[in-house]
Amino acid sequence: MITGPRQPPVALPLWQAGGTRMGFFTDSSVCIGCKACEVACKEWNGVPDSKPAWSGNSYDNTLRLGADSWRHVAFVERVRQDDAAGVRWLMSSDVCKHCTRAACLEVCPTGAIFRSEFGTVVVQDDVCNGCGYCVVACPFGVIERREDDGRAFKCTLCYDRLKVGEQPACAKACPTASIQFGPVEELREAARSRLEQVRAQPGGEEAHLYGADEADGVGGFGAFFLLLDRPEVYGLPPRPEYRRRDVVTMWGAASVAAWLLVGGLAGALRWRR
Amino acid sequence: MAAVVGREEPAERPLVPRERPRSYYGLPIVRRPAWTWEVPLYFFTGGTAGALAAVSILARWNGQHRMGRRARRMALAGAVVSPVLLISDLGRPARFLNMLRVLRPTSPMSLGSWTLAGFGTALGMAEAADLVGLPAAVTGTMEGAAGILGPILANYTAVLLGDTANPIWRGGRHLLPFVFSGSSLAAAGGALSLAGPGEGRVASRRMVLVGTAMEQAAFLAMESQLGPLGEPYRTGRGGRLAQAHRRASWVGALLVLAGGRSPFLQRLGGAIALGSSALLRQAVYRAGFQAADDPGYLVGSQEP
Ligand code: SF4
Ligand code: SF4
Repeated sequence: MITGPRQPPVALPLWQAGGTRMGFFTDSSVCIGCKACEVACKEWNGVPDSKPAWSGNSYDNTLRLGADSWRHVAFVERVRQDDAAGVRWLMSSDVCKHCTRAACLEVCPTGAIFRSEFGTVVVQDDVCNGCGYCVVACPFGVIERREDDGRAFKCTLCYDRLKVGEQPACAKACPTASIQFGPVEELREAARSRLEQVRAQPGGEEAHLYGADEADGVGGFGAFFLLLDRPEVYGLPPRPEYRRRDVVTMWGAASVAAWLLVGGLAGALRWRR
Repeated sequence: MAAVVGREEPAERPLVPRERPRSYYGLPIVRRPAWTWEVPLYFFTGGTAGALAAVSILARWNGQHRMGRRARRMALAGAVVSPVLLISDLGRPARFLNMLRVLRPTSPMSLGSWTLAGFGTALGMAEAADLVGLPAAVTGTMEGAAGILGPILANYTAVLLGDTANPIWRGGRHLLPFVFSGSSLAAAGGALSLAGPGEGRVASRRMVLVGTAMEQAAFLAMESQLGPLGEPYRTGRGGRLAQAHRRASWVGALLVLAGGRSPFLQRLGGAIALGSSALLRQAVYRAGFQAADDPGYLVGSQEP
């Protein structure tokens, strides 16, 4: 499955020059919705608790990723008339995608967001000034400003744990290996063979990999997924996109517009009274 | 029927949706802006100041010194108010200084912050040079620098909005700079008209007319390019603001046109043109909330 317009992958990314890119493969086909990942993440990273509220949306009261939810388990209940099994219950643990072309990182005016030696995308909270640009730039609505202190927070892919050779807390806590952690290249291999298995099973016909393709709109994710239904069903954008070329053409349009402004002024001023 | 405490369920709602859902419980996918009211207001003050700075240098070249000075002083006021608005949005002055920690060409906000900083400095220096009585060439050079940065200041904010994941801003990313440029031009004419009679009355009237025409044409083109995605400009709060903006624009332009007879009408028209430019930024900003909140826009915009 292609998740965006095809375009050549980016030129040699920084992490390929040095270290190995590490990431997640979240295999939603074995997720049992236990939310151990959500809990482990909050515990390890000291993420403030979210206000408890009953949403009425199946077993999901977390609702979406945000400043205080760095893992989010989606629960989708679907009934299809033609489905002999009756109810299909889809569960998937969502997380920051650690995009190859990360919009949040590119637009950050302070340089608070950086690409780590593991190829992950991390926010330095002592540099962030809370401008909120990353919040509107992320194609997945992941990163968010914390109400009280105004700065932006998101998954760090457990940068501190990775540095000491540990795996991220969520992957460690996951009892079914739905969250797998490792070098992205190896995970992509594993994901492709897993996809073949799932496709061969009943109910797995629509299974696809989301974000495993370097030619997609954001150059592939460092944290990608195996989904059993279309992305939007899980609250994910079908064709996420971030293109540097757009920035160039936009500045081009803005320059022409600026010249028109000057031209308009010059015209208006030419006739004196 | 699932009885959920604290939630009214419509009687005909099935326990679980039968159709393939188009979204996850209708929850948004991309985020709405986390900014406060100061930001769209800054888009207006910065844009107007930017156009006025260009007026000041052009008028100097044209020999209309009184008008040039007036435009420069108004631009300076805008250049002083703008960072105050931004700091008030960020919460602390030190946070604005963080913007000037690095220059990041990939970030329109970074480029814009530097533009604003340079713009304000140049205008401040021009004013100081004028007050101290330094040679006109010094003032002129500083005015020239501000005049170059000004038109960028007037529409980089459109690039800033276009370079996001918000479907309605992203969808209009190549036409929004023209909308903002036109509106800034009209606002500069409005500010000069409001300031009263004197040199440049005719020129300021033309600015309002040309700017309004440019802005309206670009907005129409943007709406037609957006198609169904442009709905937030027609419904809800974004729609009401867009409509108010459109009406104010035309009324302002007509009054200014009538200003040839009556200075009062020109002043009134100028004030309305200024207000309409501020309304435009509010409309674009608010439409972004609607476009982010309903996941249908995003999914629709990404359908092959
Ligand atoms: S998913 Fe969003 S927050 Fe995460 S790296 Fe990509 S753009 Fe940044
Ligand atoms: S809120 Fe912080 S991390 Fe996000 S773009 Fe602004 S400075 Fe960068």
